[in-house]
Amino acid sequence: MIPELGQLALILALLLSALQCALPIFGAWRNAKPLMATARSLVVGQFVFVALAFGILTYAFMVQDFSVAYVAQNSNLELPWWYRFSAVWGAHEGSLLLWVLILDVWTLAVAAFGGKLPEKFYARVLGVLGFIAFGFLLFSLATSNPFTRLIPAPMDGVDLNPVLQDPGLIMHPPVLYMGYVGFSVAFAFAIAALLGGELQSSWVRWSRPWTNVAWGFLSAGIVAGSWWAYSELGWGGWWFWDPVENASFMPWLVGTALIHAQAVTDKRGGLRAWTLLLAIFAFSLSLLGTFLVRSGVLTSVHSFAADPKRGVFILGFLAVVVGGSLLLYAGRARYVAGGKPFALASRETLILIGNLMLSVSAATVLLGTLYPLLGEALNIGRISVGPPYFGFLFMLLMTPLVLAMPFAPLSRWGKADAVIWRRALQRIVMLALIAGIIAFALSVHRWMGLLGVTASTYVIAGTAFYAIKRWKEAPRGRRYPLEMLGMLFGHFGVGVFIAGAILTRTLSIEQDVALSPGQVVHVGNYDFRFDGVGERHGPNWLAQQGTVEVSKNGALVTVLHPQKRTYPRGQVQTEASIHPGVFGDLYVSLGDPLGPSTGAAGSSGAWAVRVYDKPFVRWIWAGGLLMMLGGFCAAADKRFRLRRSEEAQAHDPAGIPVSVIQPVQQQA
Amino acid sequence: MNPVRKRRLIIISLIVAAVGIAATLTVFALQQNMTYLYSPSEVEAGKAPLTSAFRLGGVVKEGSVHRVSGTLQTDFVVTDRFHDMRVEYTGILPDLFREGQSVITTGHMRGGEFAASEVLAKHDETYMPREVADAIAKAKAAGRTHDP
Repeated sequence: MIPELGQLALILALLLSALQCALPIFGAWRNAKPLMATARSLVVGQFVFVALAFGILTYAFMVQDFSVAYVAQNSNLELPWWYRFSAVWGAHEGSLLLWVLILDVWTLAVAAFGGKLPEKFYARVLGVLGFIAFGFLLFSLATSNPFTRLIPAPMDGVDLNPVLQDPGLIMHPPVLYMGYVGFSVAFAFAIAALLGGELQSSWVRWSRPWTNVAWGFLSAGIVAGSWWAYSELGWGGWWFWDPVENASFMPWLVGTALIHAQAVTDKRGGLRAWTLLLAIFAFSLSLLGTFLVRSGVLTSVHSFAADPKRGVFILGFLAVVVGGSLLLYAGRARYVAGGKPFALASRETLILIGNLMLSVSAATVLLGTLYPLLGEALNIGRISVGPPYFGFLFMLLMTPLVLAMPFAPLSRWGKADAVIWRRALQRIVMLALIAGIIAFALSVHRWMGLLGVTASTYVIAGTAFYAIKRWKEAPRGRRYPLEMLGMLFGHFGVGVFIAGAILTRTLSIEQDVALSPGQVVHVGNYDFRFDGVGERHGPNWLAQQGTVEVSKNGALVTVLHPQKRTYPRGQVQTEASIHPGVFGDLYVSLGDPLGPSTGAAGSSGAWAVRVYDKPFVRWIWAGGLLMMLGGFCAAADKRFRLRRSEEAQAHDPAGIPVSVIQPVQQQA
Repeated sequence: MNPVRKRRLIIISLIVAAVGIAATLTVFALQQNMTYLYSPSEVEAGKAPLTSAFRLGGVVKEGSVHRVSGTLQTDFVVTDRFHDMRVEYTGILPDLFREGQSVITTGHMRGGEFAASEVLAKHDETYMPREVADAIAKAKAAGRTHDP
């Protein structure tokens, strides 16, 4: 009975979302205030019913209601409760429901904080968000209903895919979706502006924190995914240029361009049309990401089973959203475009260079990801595009961006200022070269590693140069507004990330070896002694657990316990054991038993063992987390909030009307 | 030239240059890194390259997996149920590598055998990669026309 209530809640939410789309937009068109005023209550209503449906699905998992097919597929009696909770979004149907729930949370927040926006614009924004919710709810009900019954109910459920039984995966999808779906706000703003045919810079300012928060979440989601792949797939890799990873990376690239372009539009009123286009693409790529992961059209390391009907639906929805918004853009962009001229060596130019590089790399990633589909459609054959394609082009495209990066904050809006550039360039390059020489002395002898150290120092020193200059020049207490602090964190993050990514790549030592108990393998500066394998029981698995003692120059460093787990249905899952460190991880995972060994000890039980020394690998995620912090930090700036309090003053009992979102004040 | 036009000219030429360079390099990189997938039947028919790398997809034949005891050398047979191909691999096999399950290997031909540098199996054990399913279906169709 209760699951049927969930079903009913979903249907009601679908109807409300249809109204939430139709009424306010129609009202804004006809200038009918009562219709526009419905938006707010419809948003709340829709949220309540989606939350109810989500709650009911969670409840079904908690009480192990195997008469619900989705629960029976993704849980079983032995699954601990915290994985039963994360199993709610462990597969397609539930993760879709999570998508809609998160969309509703964002919509609710927009509805709550956006009340001071002009009435029509506000109505249109909520209407566009309603349309997106409608599409996803229809998709959920028509092709992937989480409440479908399974009668007769089985005694026990199948299981949650063991690769998903990991703390990283409790976090990864919700955080990633917060990012994906968060771009819907910028998208809704863009569409609402195009529908109305006008764009005030102050609206862009108002939408900036939303984009920054979404981008921060997306960064964190990608970090969580990368960390999960590293620790859970048992290969010690952190990025594979796999279609599913690319799916989250493309919106990130365009989103990065978007947060910078929005800053230009906010502060200078320039690049308006470009900002709108980026907002459309960032969200479209988020939709494409959902499509790629969920439709199974691409063969991926992470491929999950899929149903072609779903692919067709998402593809159709994607066509409507992308096609519709681009048509609208083509027709209306000229009404909203505009800006002021800027000198060649100005901050705008540098941001534009960064924007270009980010968009072009998003396009090359898109091409490489979709090329196999293209090949199939053109009947060329079954092609796959190897990781070096992505790596090569990405490095190439990011080089100008990295070179330009320290100079953007140092430059002035609109005007050229070459003196400061020269001064900065001398110091930054000198520091970068010194760092390169030190790295060489510390035995980084491959040119790639040296390049990484130099580039990373260049970015960090360049960002620090600006921070120091600001410290000296700005008055106390006004030195680092949060928006600027966010920028500093973000740019430092890029520097840290570069160091991590390139040093891990060049300095890692990876060995797959056959080890009998008692045997020692020497990797990097460490000795790994394999002490055999024993059994260990978990809540819902039985593991072969190895013991590996790691020592350096005879001193014990750590004891690692990699596992090979077997789950109830016989699925096997490798659990790597990792000794973390700021300057490097030691990583051991078990392969297969190799049968009786001919070793001197005469003991049976040689195993295939992966032994990795991975220097600086944590810097990759530290860089990503710094970027996330930057996004959140910038979003918290008073500048974005001040506006609202000013508006609130304007809204006083004195009765001044709230027409009042003023044109941008120009800042030099 | 007035500043607006000058700015436009600069922006447009930047865009054109970037797109041009990116397009050239993209085509180059694609050509370097594209690998095709073949089924054992296609390899048998001589469609696969003799020297360069390609991917071989199919099902791991039951009872074909051999391990040189105490080492990481493995060999097994990949089949599309019409033709077989012996694959040699040194390294650790993925968790979902099982006899009777589908697999995609990357490598090149050495002698009459396929020397694999990478072996991939899928996360979801009930799932056959569409590429492999297609390859098997294709081999089936070809098999019917060859020996009716």
